[in-house]
Amino acid sequence: MTSRDQILAKVKQNQPNSVHLPDLSILGKESFDPITKFAETAVAIGAEVIEIQDFSEIQKYINSKYSGKTVRSTLADFNSENWLALSPKELDGTDFLLVEAQFGVAENGSIWISDKDLGQRIAPFITEYLGVILDKSKIINTMHQAYQIIGDEDYGFGLFLAGPSKTADIEQSLVLGAHGARGLVIFLK
Amino acid sequence: MTTHSKSAEIFNRDFERTTWHDETLYFVRQKRDKAAFQIDDWELLRETASQIKFNVLSNLSEYLIQFEENALKNGIKVHWAADAREHNEIVFNIVSEYFEGNIPHDTFKGIVKSKSMLTEECHMNEYLISKGIEVVDTDLGERIVQLAGERPSHIVLPCIHWKKEEIGELFHKHLGTEKGNKDPKYLTEAARQHLRDKFLNRKVALTGVNFAVAVTGEFVVCTNEGNADMGTHLSDLHIASMGMEKIIPQRQHLSVFLRLLARSATGQPITTYSSHFRKPRDGQQMHVVIVDNGRSTQLGREDFRNSLKCIRCGACFNTCPVYRRSGGHSYHTAIAGPIGSILSPNLDMKANADLPFASTLCGSCSNVCPVKIDIHQQLYKWRQVLVKEGHTSATKTLMMKGMSKVLASPAVFKFSGKVGRMLMDKMPFMVNNSLNLWYKQREMPEPPKESFREWYKKNRK
Amino acid sequence: MKVALFIPCYIDQFYPKVGIATLELLEKLGCEVVFPENQTCCGQPMANSGYEHETEGCTSNFQNNFDEYEYIVAPSGSCTLHIKEHIPIKGKIYELTEFITDILKIETLEGSFPHKVGLHQSCHGLRGLFTAQMSELNAPQFSKPEQLLKNFKGIELIKLSRKDECCGFGGTFCVTEEAVSVRMGQDRVADHLKNGTEILTGGDTSCLMHLEGIIRREKHDIKVMHIAEILNQAIS
Repeated sequence: MTSRDQILAKVKQNQPNSVHLPDLSILGKESFDPITKFAETAVAIGAEVIEIQDFSEIQKYINSKYSGKTVRSTLADFNSENWLALSPKELDGTDFLLVEAQFGVAENGSIWISDKDLGQRIAPFITEYLGVILDKSKIINTMHQAYQIIGDEDYGFGLFLAGPSKTADIEQSLVLGAHGARGLVIFLK
Repeated sequence: MTTHSKSAEIFNRDFERTTWHDETLYFVRQKRDKAAFQIDDWELLRETASQIKFNVLSNLSEYLIQFEENALKNGIKVHWAADAREHNEIVFNIVSEYFEGNIPHDTFKGIVKSKSMLTEECHMNEYLISKGIEVVDTDLGERIVQLAGERPSHIVLPCIHWKKEEIGELFHKHLGTEKGNKDPKYLTEAARQHLRDKFLNRKVALTGVNFAVAVTGEFVVCTNEGNADMGTHLSDLHIASMGMEKIIPQRQHLSVFLRLLARSATGQPITTYSSHFRKPRDGQQMHVVIVDNGRSTQLGREDFRNSLKCIRCGACFNTCPVYRRSGGHSYHTAIAGPIGSILSPNLDMKANADLPFASTLCGSCSNVCPVKIDIHQQLYKWRQVLVKEGHTSATKTLMMKGMSKVLASPAVFKFSGKVGRMLMDKMPFMVNNSLNLWYKQREMPEPPKESFREWYKKNRK
Repeated sequence: MKVALFIPCYIDQFYPKVGIATLELLEKLGCEVVFPENQTCCGQPMANSGYEHETEGCTSNFQNNFDEYEYIVAPSGSCTLHIKEHIPIKGKIYELTEFITDILKIETLEGSFPHKVGLHQSCHGLRGLFTAQMSELNAPQFSKPEQLLKNFKGIELIKLSRKDECCGFGGTFCVTEEAVSVRMGQDRVADHLKNGTEILTGGDTSCLMHLEGIIRREKHDIKVMHIAEILNQAIS
């Protein structure tokens, strides 16, 4: 008998009688203004939130902060080179990456992005700074609504991203930019 | 003295440091409270999570098969390890096969690893290193203890027992940082640069698994630093080690656990990265190793099976007044703290017989547990099992038997009370000849002239 | 109302004044109090040490003494919890403050106690018997002992930095883990000192004995009284 079969046989033998799953529909009924809550929470976890009317404001932001730097984006409006063909490690040295989120979650200030938004999986991590465009109408209250939207999306990789990379491993002092992006700016449109 | 109490006594010799350790961790507990109390439905969430996990335990074999089937469809290779040894061999074989049996000790062929308590439990690092494979821990805290030749003292905050001055010194020695620089920002930046190089040059990444979803065959890894993702997305080979209890039925159940996990662990509303791995990247290999290592045995212990609900948030560590004042290493196991004390005896009763006694049974652990494990009640029950299995000292047993006899007999009790009122060692909580241990730092109660029952006879009869 | 009094073994031997205060208090509140004379110990210290199987003698002795009573009251949350969970009896056992609030239905007590009082919530009373809301839970606040104390003239209830952390007594833990036990106790005492406690009280004599042992050794200016003593003194 293989380990697999032995393990499964023992688990089967030792597991208690089956009990039902609880009802999740009673959860996630919190009521608050999702946009305000999202912005507050995102800022609290170290992100910057900028409300914009159109993409020109993002372009201005990039021009002012990253002129002459390596800026990459998955959005056609901002893309300067075809970086999708580069190897993942060649993306080291990206100064600013701009992507668009599918939706945001107000209760924890996170945004959901998956393979189709990322260009490359490593991109939002390896970049020094990250920008995310989020449509205000796509902010939902809690994680329960989040998974309703995700449903059975056929991604290979998906990610809730909440604020910049951080650590508090040294005496509980919060430091931004542990391994991933040092900063996150969310453009609310 | 037991192993734990000896180490704890040594830990407590440094009064100021014990204060610091206690206060640092209590601060994390307070952050947890603040985050939890912002959710009106917090207690309902805990109850729901607990029920989901019970459903998981009661259907575990079916869910495991379902997960395997779906992971395979996604292009993930699935392995099964009965114990720690088999887990380590599987990991070695995957790596070895990838490099076609040729494991030269060069930097390209090491492994970058993100936090996985399971690999600690399996002593995997030591094993792989003995086989010539370099393993680099990439979580900052884990890297610190690794450079120091230690093990994590906390499952979420691995180097919570280290002071920044000491980390500055360690980094000066190993990473060449400025001598005397203890600024957390500076030290974190140094680790970022040091590990960025490792991430870019390693082809193999190892991660743990926080949750694995049966119906989709995907798994979720949560970090704040982004080290799991830096490792995996740059690697050509991703191996994820997973305790088999990490299964949950459906994607929607992640909502409950992701709401609870970080709030319980650090007081954050969610970890910075909650990464859902469902299919390997083009050209990448992805493997999941499902590990039993005693879990199926624990599943069969009715009194203790709920311990398998644990999602490794560490909240019970932070609230535990004993953990905060004895340090993680005094638990001498990969998983310390209250949860470790109910998991470890399952793995080795003899070696870990002291741990269920390293508690006052105050119950705070059970109250903060996001999946409502009855931790303190299991500590009590483990004590009964360990005594019955003969894992306590003979003198203690003799004394307890004697005490029980005295206390079961009113006549003997009244008599020994008269004789023994001057001697507090006749009280039941005084383990044989331990009076000196009470008296070492505490006064004894002043013996009254008469007992309550003597007073009662005179005044109310 | 007829009440059988359970006086835990160490109270009988070392703190008879706690037993006396409990008895007098219950009488003042209109109860007929009896003390079954052949009672000894509930067996908790042995059970918590892993020797539950050695406590049959204690269990049957307890049953012999108390089975005829509907209401049993003890000035100890810890012993009460053990009896509730491990000794089958015909009646029901209550910790003193919960008996007063829940069974005697006394909302508040009138009296005078012009002191700064710091309450030590014993873990077994708190988390085992729910005599107050636990700091870990997101649930409505209440406290049975505070409810009884708060209306006394002149009393000031001290707010602690950690309102319900364990004192470290823990039964045999107090000697098997002496270093941690003492440290936990020292930290509780320090919290009371810092916040101005003059009289430290609680519902469990075992916790109080441990804390008092530390207070006396370190010569702090804090007096220790069981809550029964305060209530009995204040309403007289």
